[in-house]
Amino acid sequence: MTHTGTADENERLLIRRIRNGTVIDHIDGGEALNVVKILGITGTTQEALSIATNVPSRDMGRKDIVKLTNRELSKEEVDRIALISPHATINIIRNFKVCEKKGVEIPNLIQGLVRCPNPGCISNTNEPIQSKFRVLPTGLHCHYCDWVITKDLTSYII
Amino acid sequence: MATRHIISIGDFNRSEIDRLLDHARQIDSKKYDRNALNGKILAALFFEPSTRTRMSFESAIARLGGTSLSVGSVDACSMAKGETLADTIRVVSGYADAIVIRHPKEGAARLAAEFATVPVINAGDGAGQHPSQTLLDLYTIRQSMPIDKIDVALIGDLRYGRTAHSLASALSLYNARLHTLSPTGLELPDTLVNELTSKGMEIVNHDSIEEMIGTIDVLYVTRMQRERFPDSASYFNVASSYRITPELLSGAKEHLIVLHPLPRVDEIDPRVDESPHARYFEQSKNGVPVRMAMLMDVMQ
Ligand SMILES: [Zn+2]
Repeated sequence: MTHTGTADENERLLIRRIRNGTVIDHIDGGEALNVVKILGITGTTQEALSIATNVPSRDMGRKDIVKLTNRELSKEEVDRIALISPHATINIIRNFKVCEKKGVEIPNLIQGLVRCPNPGCISNTNEPIQSKFRVLPTGLHCHYCDWVITKDLTSYII
Repeated sequence: MATRHIISIGDFNRSEIDRLLDHARQIDSKKYDRNALNGKILAALFFEPSTRTRMSFESAIARLGGTSLSVGSVDACSMAKGETLADTIRVVSGYADAIVIRHPKEGAARLAAEFATVPVINAGDGAGQHPSQTLLDLYTIRQSMPIDKIDVALIGDLRYGRTAHSLASALSLYNARLHTLSPTGLELPDTLVNELTSKGMEIVNHDSIEEMIGTIDVLYVTRMQRERFPDSASYFNVASSYRITPELLSGAKEHLIVLHPLPRVDEIDPRVDESPHARYFEQSKNGVPVRMAMLMDVMQ
């Protein structure tokens, strides 16, 4: 076997195949850590996690990949990824085989994921509610105070 | 039937606004049932003081045969004891047929509507929405002229002035053109400007009142708060150059009207009160028929 250094092979070298779990591919270069953050994966999570960043990619120039063992992501979790990386693809792996392959869809509404940047917003108090944002072309609009998040979304993730 | 709430003017389309304003005009000409809300109770939950808005709602319910309950003062209310607004609303829903709320936090009225089992009317939430003010502003304009395609100037603190924001949004439904004049740092927020222009609204920024006075139909003056300025010298500097005087109005169109959400401080020279252009006291009086129409809309 000769090593030509194609994108696919580099990828194979970087991360081992997983038996069961989820592979999130085609993440915009540099966004892998934000994807992990959006999925709520912290240092205390039990699942084995591998991350590859800035992998050369024919279509994207460079891309990130996240592999998560023994966890199949739900539709709601997957769609949150679309907010920061709309081209990401999700591969559900069972017994080393790709059983399901899907794209991500930008959700209309996100609840409990992002904190409203407006300090005067009722959602930043002790009321028994979750934050709620409508996803519109102009940005994320707070359902309560109409504040619009247009950039740095990841810095507001709860 | 789902409970109707009035939270933000942005929830209304143009025909809903027109219908409410038509109804207010009918009430204004004394053609209404004085017992329309007989036996109904309105709870006025004012978590920050606004005596006029509260009195205006209390007057509106009384004129329709209903009664009102109000929280004595912010100190006396349970919010000061740490109860959540959600709990207060759930409890008060059991005492009244509708709730009118004023609250210092933005979005408080929308939250209240989620927990209430009776209609909620927003009477101002922080720097957020105040739909009854916008409706009475539109009503006052419509008393003098059709709202379509008019030129409206907003002057003063346009960054924090919520009445200006809601009015601008509502005017975009009527293809009005907006003229703005505000001190540096107190301009309309970018997000609002983008939203308005995406709806096709034309916005023209000006450097002085003189420059636009001959072209506008409505001059909407807002309060400028001294604490928004770095020092009192710069406040007085701006305040004097923004002051509306009879001399300034001599260059205006004959039908120009001057509006102000009141109370005013130095923004309008008292000599303007005598001028046919002055409509701000009329505007304040219009609060009652407009709020009567709102109450009937949600409580009947
Ligand atoms: Zn908010």
